[in-house]
Amino acid sequence: MPLVNGGKIADDSFVKLAVDTPLPESGDVLVPAERFIGEVDTLLKRAGKVGVIWPNNRDIAELVPYLGKIAVVALVFPTFRDGRAYSQARLLRERYNYRGELRATGQVLRDQFVFMLRAGFDSFEVKKQADAEAFMQTAKRYSVFYQPTGDGRITALHRRMQLRHSEGVGT
Amino acid sequence: MYAYDEIDRTLVNERVSEFRDQVKRRLSGELTEDEFKILRLQNGVYLQLHAYMFRVAIPYGTLASNQLRALAHVARKYDRGYGHFTTRQNIQFNWIKLAELPDALADLAEVGIHAMQTSGNNMRNVTSDQWAGVAPGEIEDPRIWSELIRQHTTLHPEFSFLPRKFKIAITASDHDRAAIKIHDIGLRLIKNEKGETGFEVLVGGGLGRTPFIAKTIKHFVHGRDILSYIEAILRVYNQYGRRDNIYKARIKILVHELGIEKFSREVEEEWQHIRNSSLQIDDEVIEDIRSRFTYPAYEKLPHNPDELRQAAADPDFEAWRKNSVAPHKNPGYSIVTISLKPIGAPPGDATAEQMDALADLADKYSFGEIRVGHEQNLALPHVAKRDLPGLWKALDKLGLATPNVNLITDIIACPGLDYCSLANARSIPIAQELTRRFANHELANLIGRLHINISGCINACGHHHVGHIGILGVEKNGEEVYQITIGGRADESAALGNLIGPGVKFDEVADVVEDIVEAYLALRERPEELFMDTVKRLGVEPFKERVYATR
Repeated sequence: MPLVNGGKIADDSFVKLAVDTPLPESGDVLVPAERFIGEVDTLLKRAGKVGVIWPNNRDIAELVPYLGKIAVVALVFPTFRDGRAYSQARLLRERYNYRGELRATGQVLRDQFVFMLRAGFDSFEVKKQADAEAFMQTAKRYSVFYQPTGDGRITALHRRMQLRHSEGVGT
Repeated sequence: MYAYDEIDRTLVNERVSEFRDQVKRRLSGELTEDEFKILRLQNGVYLQLHAYMFRVAIPYGTLASNQLRALAHVARKYDRGYGHFTTRQNIQFNWIKLAELPDALADLAEVGIHAMQTSGNNMRNVTSDQWAGVAPGEIEDPRIWSELIRQHTTLHPEFSFLPRKFKIAITASDHDRAAIKIHDIGLRLIKNEKGETGFEVLVGGGLGRTPFIAKTIKHFVHGRDILSYIEAILRVYNQYGRRDNIYKARIKILVHELGIEKFSREVEEEWQHIRNSSLQIDDEVIEDIRSRFTYPAYEKLPHNPDELRQAAADPDFEAWRKNSVAPHKNPGYSIVTISLKPIGAPPGDATAEQMDALADLADKYSFGEIRVGHEQNLALPHVAKRDLPGLWKALDKLGLATPNVNLITDIIACPGLDYCSLANARSIPIAQELTRRFANHELANLIGRLHINISGCINACGHHHVGHIGILGVEKNGEEVYQITIGGRADESAALGNLIGPGVKFDEVADVVEDIVEAYLALRERPEELFMDTVKRLGVEPFKERVYATR
């Protein structure tokens, strides 16, 4: 499954651990939420970055005490019709000011890229190679956005206000 | 009318090109049907019994004449020459070809019409009073706010994959023509003591398998806070709404399971986090949207012109005028409802020729504007009273002057088993038979206001729960069986109907309805007592006794 990071296909330095996989001595690891909470001290002490895979039915606020210490939060789309992780993503970025990597995992197709970018995701485990390759092109599909989100894109309402004011100058 | 600016046009065009790419990927096999299904639903495309069905949004029920012509064009070029107006200010085309859909959408985009989010588990077309902006006594035009919410809910990055569909309706009149109490969110525009605009917010209404009337979650939310408040409701719903069972996934079930108090506390807590954010709406933003709604330059005209007095001699004209013409906020003008319920025809259908002709009549008599109501009728919102006789003659020629608005033959019905892959029973033939039984205008007038709503399955697209007489078709041992309720209503006093007795067969439905009506005529205290008032006064029992005595 290709990883798109920073807008292009990239190598994934993280190894996903199951609940019971032995912890490697070094290297970057992504661990399930329950293991992360259970072994947090051990995990943060070792060499290598730590990320957490957070399920979409668990309160994201639980993660707040650790946000400064983790490199990746991976949110899950079990099917692409299940949109709970969009809310989790916006909460992480906009309420809890998480600035690390926010990764979309699960059923990730090109048709969600714009929504995901707007919700604050910046890396994507894409299901299909062709979708991963089409990332940059797809991400630019839209130039107009009606809602304000934490991604900072200017909304249609505010663009109109700017146009109004600039038209107002000199009249 | 709201006029799209370059920003709105760009978005709709970007959506069309995205969908064109999605259809191409589906046709090439790059997308599976399962993956494509959600994408097409987000663009109003269903797979029905015989073909794809295409649902186009008519936001808050307002159409310009060139937009109606574009709908006629789609009916003619891509479909079989007609369209079906639905109960949620949409129009459906039943015979569309997948490969041609992107072109149909592109043609509609040229006149600022789209099909975004007319199906799928997202925020659907925002609906409102079809008399918005012209009804006497209205607090203010609810379409300004409807448009604001339409924009905010379009391609929302957080709420495009909700547990289930989500419908918002807005009214600004005492008499609720938008059926806000059967919506996921109902907004009643009100003013506070300071004269500021805000909303009573209702939540958790809906029909379907488990019907609920919406409950008030907050008595007053200031206009500037309405987007953040809606966002708070949706965020709670997106996270906690059930996703394990499609029949329990609507917000009404979450509200019911948590209780309105607990649900409203959750919303309140979320709202406090976001209300002072960029979601807050400046007056300037509202004014900008308001400035792109244009209003007719009304003339000062007599409220009882000679033309009207002379035409009064014609009983057919008078019958139509008394039935279909309603007061306008400007006394020289009227609101004219156009019945799409001719005797013997499917409710809500209009041919391409009728749509084109109506667009011409709108240009001639109604400042180029047409409205669509949830009762599946159309309206011309600004007709000068002196023009009523001329308009009537023209409508009559088109078969659009049936004087049955709000009468027993003004039936709401879903497409049913004739088109729909979800249906268990036929709806349209029941409606057709009922219109024939009550075709006599004197009889229908004698009965007075009476709404019959028919659904061909438990999903309740025909709003049977809130029909004064509700008819629900189900399947039992391979046969169509119809359950009949009385006493429902969808207005400001919304209520769910009560079952009158055991289900009856297809052939018996019209007889039972006739018996109910006969019982009503016998039971009413005086001619002015409407059907729903008699049912309210007496309950179901006396009706049940009379209807089932001989069965």
